[in-house]
Amino acid sequence: MPPLVGWAAPLDDPRNPWFSWRYVRENIDFLTTALQQHVTLTVVAVAVAAALGIPLAVLAHRVPWLAGGVLGVSGALYTIPSLGLFALLGPILGHRAETVLIGLVLYALLVVVRNALTGLRQVPADVREAATGMGYGRLGLLWRIELPLALPGILTGLRLATVSTVALVTVGYVVGFGGFGNVILTGFNTNFYRPEIMAGTIGCLGLALVFDLVWLGVGRLVMPWTRRRAA
Amino acid sequence: MNLAELWRQAMVWLNDPLNWTNPDGIFARTQEHLAISAAAVALGCLVAWPLGVWLGHIGRGGPFVVAVGNLTRAMPTVALLTILPLTAVGFGYPPIVLALAVFAVPPLLANAYLGIREVDPEVRDAARGMGMSGRQVLARVELPLAVPYFAGGFRTAAVQVVATATLAAFVNGGGLGMIISRGFGLGIASGGGQIVAGGLVVIALCLVLEGLLAIGERFVTPRGLRRAGHRGGSAADAPLAPAS
Repeated sequence: MPPLVGWAAPLDDPRNPWFSWRYVRENIDFLTTALQQHVTLTVVAVAVAAALGIPLAVLAHRVPWLAGGVLGVSGALYTIPSLGLFALLGPILGHRAETVLIGLVLYALLVVVRNALTGLRQVPADVREAATGMGYGRLGLLWRIELPLALPGILTGLRLATVSTVALVTVGYVVGFGGFGNVILTGFNTNFYRPEIMAGTIGCLGLALVFDLVWLGVGRLVMPWTRRRAA
Repeated sequence: MNLAELWRQAMVWLNDPLNWTNPDGIFARTQEHLAISAAAVALGCLVAWPLGVWLGHIGRGGPFVVAVGNLTRAMPTVALLTILPLTAVGFGYPPIVLALAVFAVPPLLANAYLGIREVDPEVRDAARGMGMSGRQVLARVELPLAVPYFAGGFRTAAVQVVATATLAAFVNGGGLGMIISRGFGLGIASGGGQIVAGGLVVIALCLVLEGLLAIGERFVTPRGLRRAGHRGGSAADAPLAPAS
């Protein structure tokens, strides 16, 4: 149990406000390093998850028994706590960014594959039949018909994976690579310093928002046909 | 570290009875872990179920339910765990239970809402036609038909909370994560075995719980609603994200 500290100390001390620009100014280097780390980990994790996950979903869509396996494994992974996973990876790989990255990729992969598979499965059978009737081959069908129609599902997966990855990066603190998680927990461990905790939290939430907007923009760009509906 | 050596150390740690029976051993930590989680899920149910049922019954608030899910997905658990003790909530178990309850709400709320919403309108009309009042429709038609959804939401929320409760160790808040964080505190060289052992224990707990709740979910679902492979929460689980 944490020690029971009285209500007033060290919480309602004027030197411990909920936010302080001065803290941000004086620790701008620490914060930019955390930002860089957070962005790098998120972008690389989601990129790797997309590069592995979308082909895997396509493959699982074609091979039914593989789909069962993919869904089963991702369902089990879904229940595994991130700290538990890092506890297995950390001692093997050590205090490195790659340790966090592997964990992040696994969780992001699960979201990407599931959503992409759902997207592919939602392609109506008669559309597929019509395409085959028009002379599309297997590859043509996949590339020209199935993938474009599954695009909303795929993008939803990437978007969700990005947002949850941003939140998950913070757990990387255990091996020293937690992005804004390092800021938040350094603040907590330094006499419960609120400006630091808040700066890290706002950084996390802001980053999630920015990435979300980026995906929204990407979605409009690659799916111009949804633009009218969205507006 | 060498994989075989690490595994050996983890097994040595797990084979020491004291590591199970200590005041901060596996038994005590598991008990603490489950107590914190149970309180959080109970609190989540208390808030989310009535709200979800009400919103579902009046047929409004869909966007709100979605927004709650999106907001909490972006919120790092670590942030809530560190912020809440510094507010009027104070230190100790309450901020941890509260933080975990926040993450239990979205699946509970979404499934309660969906469960009521997804009741066939014709069934609802038939109940009205039989002369049932709004409250009777809710109690005798909508709620029983929504049981699979409630069960599915409960399972998702419970598993997620038990998984997330591991992070309480970041703020020295107890639970099985403490074994892992203490191990990291010792350093990987000497605490590696303990870290891996803690990780295995917490993963095992989550998988066992998931299995038990899957059985329980089937058990509480009325026979008429059971379908092969049907999972109540499937609709709300579609935008799936990992438990922190």
